[in-house]
Amino acid sequence: MIIKRVLVTAFVSLWSIFVLMPLLWALVTSFKSPAAVENGATYIPFLEFQPELTGWSNIFGGGGATTNLIPPLMNSIVVTLCAALISLALGTITSYGLSRYLYKAGFIKNQDIIFFFISQRIMPPIVLSFPFFLMLKALGLLDTRSGLVLVSIAGLMPIVVWLMVDFFNGIPKELDEMAMLEGYSPFEVFGRVILPLAAPGLTVAGMFAVIFGWNDFFYPLILTFGQVVTLPVAIVSLNATITPYWTLSAAAIFAILPLIAFAFAIERFLSKGSLSGAVR
Amino acid sequence: MNKLYGRLFLMPGLLTLLAIIIFPLFFTIALTFSNWSVANAGFNWVGGRNWTDIVSNERFWDAMMRLIPLSFLTVAIQYVLGFSIALIAWRGIAARRFFRVLWLVPMMTTPVVMSVVWKSIFNESVGPVNDVLMKLGMDPVPWLSSTTPAMFAIIMAEVWQWTPFMFLLLLAGLLSLPKEPFLAASIDGAGPLRTFFKVTLPMMAPVSIGAIIIRLIEASKIFDTVYAMTNGGPGSSTETPTYYIYLTGLRNFDLANGATMSITYLLVFIALLTVIGQVLSRLSKPKGI
Repeated sequence: MIIKRVLVTAFVSLWSIFVLMPLLWALVTSFKSPAAVENGATYIPFLEFQPELTGWSNIFGGGGATTNLIPPLMNSIVVTLCAALISLALGTITSYGLSRYLYKAGFIKNQDIIFFFISQRIMPPIVLSFPFFLMLKALGLLDTRSGLVLVSIAGLMPIVVWLMVDFFNGIPKELDEMAMLEGYSPFEVFGRVILPLAAPGLTVAGMFAVIFGWNDFFYPLILTFGQVVTLPVAIVSLNATITPYWTLSAAAIFAILPLIAFAFAIERFLSKGSLSGAVR
Repeated sequence: MNKLYGRLFLMPGLLTLLAIIIFPLFFTIALTFSNWSVANAGFNWVGGRNWTDIVSNERFWDAMMRLIPLSFLTVAIQYVLGFSIALIAWRGIAARRFFRVLWLVPMMTTPVVMSVVWKSIFNESVGPVNDVLMKLGMDPVPWLSSTTPAMFAIIMAEVWQWTPFMFLLLLAGLLSLPKEPFLAASIDGAGPLRTFFKVTLPMMAPVSIGAIIIRLIEASKIFDTVYAMTNGGPGSSTETPTYYIYLTGLRNFDLANGATMSITYLLVFIALLTVIGQVLSRLSKPKGI
């Protein structure tokens, strides 16, 4: 029993250190001076090096640097929120339909439509990237926020449908029927009765849409160039020539902080096991 | 009446997705029969030439084979580690809630941004990994400029990034298991190992298969890590299909060959997933309890 305790504790500690290590490394490096980075690895501020704010001022255009991460941050926020909200709205309405109504067109039934949605996650983005590039170019949407939002919807809506169909299936149909007897129209049933009950599901689906939208790199990389660079693309382009690791680390921390704060804010929705149904 | 409302609910989302996906997909398929490139922009029918070319394109097939370590092996590692920490977070430790959130943090971080951080960690002269190795009296390793260490570094970054997702799905599965079988097992005097292999693991089979398939799908698209850490290098030794197709189609604008490779990749990928899904569900069928 004691051996088991020791093993578990060791494993928990090792894993937690592994999880924290890159984040702490980036945090520590972001406060180093260029000289402190180039002299080799050091770990403890004040003891091994004097912390300073060169990296942090560099990412906001300070110190003669041309980098300013505020516009990319705004781009990321606008694109992520728009794409997530549109996907959530369209995906939720469609999921409700798929959970409550029976569709039939030839051999295509509800299950097949649901599979069509989910299977879009299987599609590697690279397969669609060439036509997306040419289409957005033809529409004049290359390097615009709207173009990026449009393309992101294709990736995010399947996640919403995947989670929400299951969630709606868990809400008894009798509620719909009772509301109908009260004289509600189908839209009122959806909007006033079912949607409020689906709030936890909507939170989880919205959260996933935001995470995947925020973290996307491939589409922004190929579909934007200078006007609407998103945060991940802006940070990777810092990587180009001689790598200024102090600036890069500050930028990295700056980019991941919003989502980590978001994660702690919605932690209690995660532990409810809201996902268990979706995996089956 | 009912039918009309049903359609009104379904159609907005379905039509949007169809519009965004279907036309581009057919466009890509059409590209495979053209010779669209920088020199020849536009559709010029060349028949199956691209398709015969791809058979002998060794660089592409090497990139495909590289998915065995970079996606299949990483998902296996993620599954074992994710299951272990899910079991611990399920019952094993105090302060469960704290650890659950802590272990989910990597999932929230942007993969490509963390790849840049990993690149600094594996940096040969100023990174901490070589520093620790040297303090332990070992030789420094050229992490990102030789093939095997570079693969190792990429796998490490991928495991760090995505084990939490596996952990989340498996933990959700564990939390929804019924209690009775565990009670029965303990009444029968089964030890923890026996309980795990005879009760927990079989009951978790559907969730496990789902989680493994989801991760395999995402892991096979691997691009961000390679792009930021090694640029496919040294040479082309850490190139993945997505990365090589990206170079061909969107850097060198050889759209025809890029499209042919991407459709081949898609077809091979779907076939493999189908086979793996079948094998996994056969293996997990209960054999007479």
